[in-house]
Amino acid sequence: MEIWNRHFECMDRDGIRHVQSERLRETVERVYFNVPYYRNRMQEAGLGPENIQTIDDLAKLPFTTKPDLRDNYPFGLFAVPMSEIVRVHASSGTTGKPTVVGYTRNDISTWSEVMARTLTSAGATRNDFIQVAYGYGLFTGGLGLHYGGEKIGASVIPISGGNTSRQIQLMKDFGSTVLACTPSYALYLAEAIQESGIKRDDLKLRVGVFGAEPWTENMRREIEDKLKIKAIDIYGLSEVIGPGVASECMDQEGLHINEDHFYPEIIDPVTLKVLPAGSTGELVFTTLTKEGLPLIRYRTRDLTRLTYDKCKCGRTMVRMDKCLGRSDDMLIIRGVNLFPSQVESVLLEMSEIKPHYLLIVDRVNNLDTLELKVEVDEAFFQDKISQLESLRQKLQNNLENSLGLAIKVTLVEPKIIERSEGKSKRVIDKRKF
Amino acid sequence: MIIHQLSIFLENKSGRLTEVLEVLGEENIRITALSVADTAEFGILRLIVSEPEKARELLKKQNFTVNLTEVISVMAPNEAKHYAKILRILSDMDISVEYTYAFSVGDKSIIILRCSNTEDAIKALKSHEMELLKASDLYKI
Repeated sequence: MEIWNRHFECMDRDGIRHVQSERLRETVERVYFNVPYYRNRMQEAGLGPENIQTIDDLAKLPFTTKPDLRDNYPFGLFAVPMSEIVRVHASSGTTGKPTVVGYTRNDISTWSEVMARTLTSAGATRNDFIQVAYGYGLFTGGLGLHYGGEKIGASVIPISGGNTSRQIQLMKDFGSTVLACTPSYALYLAEAIQESGIKRDDLKLRVGVFGAEPWTENMRREIEDKLKIKAIDIYGLSEVIGPGVASECMDQEGLHINEDHFYPEIIDPVTLKVLPAGSTGELVFTTLTKEGLPLIRYRTRDLTRLTYDKCKCGRTMVRMDKCLGRSDDMLIIRGVNLFPSQVESVLLEMSEIKPHYLLIVDRVNNLDTLELKVEVDEAFFQDKISQLESLRQKLQNNLENSLGLAIKVTLVEPKIIERSEGKSKRVIDKRKF
Repeated sequence: MIIHQLSIFLENKSGRLTEVLEVLGEENIRITALSVADTAEFGILRLIVSEPEKARELLKKQNFTVNLTEVISVMAPNEAKHYAKILRILSDMDISVEYTYAFSVGDKSIIILRCSNTEDAIKALKSHEMELLKASDLYKI
């Protein structure tokens, strides 16, 4: 199997640590002098750039969190003048404000490089047709895969998400060999292909690169079985760069992290102490080469484990397990991030409704579904079906407008939603990961 | 002439109506009329009972969403033309009927009406010499 960048991807551990230390020094210097937020945080901790010499000094630095990005919305953490920024992407945030990320020309080039590694590790080459069925736009999925595909010289089909019948038609007519989308959409497509009557032999699909949401080994087997392809897990988050942070190779034994660009640590989410190699905990990233939005010890909230052994494929880059869950209450619905607090803030804006709710997440026909049960307040209850219906519709519209997700609203009797001391149970996730 | 009807919000799940009636039954509340308006997911149970205030408190204690709604009741012969006439009188006065239900006793119909304006509806029906029932009349039926 090909390796895109043998120099870095197969570098020995001492070599990689040397590269990481050097790049960390540069990054810390850059953020200290260009981002007031980081300078203040470092000064509060009594640190200057001279205190960070090797990668082992990283643990001295404070963490960065999603709320820190939000507090500096939209561009407060950018480390270059806006004239150097050539692209911005954004993902949904907790209070209606999106998380904004910016890229310099070099960042786009880095992103293309790590995506080229990702696609190559999935077995893709210049001879492939890559059908990019991730959404194009503010979401990083579509354009991330797109640039990586072009970088390796493959033929990229920028079809974006949705429109299943056209996906299937082009897959057949163009002879797509690589499919890139969310794993749940891959399963949905698999079933649509079966129903369409198209024979598997009419398709040239060989491999899929799937990410942007959690999925299980069972789902992988189902996708591989139904589509008769190899299903490769890829990982990324827009704050760090987008897709391209880590990806599986054809051996499917963990995801290789591009650690010459993104340095991973595993911490205990409660004590915030760095855990020894092999422990399960929260994944934290420090970007080592990013110019637009460098991040120091960014808490991803994803739970996983790191393995430093050399992989059968020859790569030495550290591997992470498939993410096991989250250390916060964020849900990922059809690739969109959702915090229950976002739902709550929509409810609080409507005086007719008390914010007693229960959010039920399920997966029906391989697509995530959301149902919101909300209690009818006696002060509002007025004996008219039409009034209750219009209230339900209004809430449903408000939720869709502010969250970008379709949520089915059901009105329920009061007090059926369990009240508990402290934090009540607001979410039931019936999906099996 | 104003009658206080109990309106109770119910989810469409089995056993809920039974629970309402059991709560009222324990305190010997009598039911003169009952009607249900429903959608796929929820319904509104409407009841005319002997002691509406007491019934409301009993149900509230059991965590039901319940309100008292003002309705009026007319007694007329149980032929369709009489029901039609009542509705015509109201529509001629631009009073809309939000909902109505009825039951028969002998050859008489007891008609319950929820109108956009209760006072105006009473006036209009009286001026046409319709026989309006008081709450105390209804509870005796």
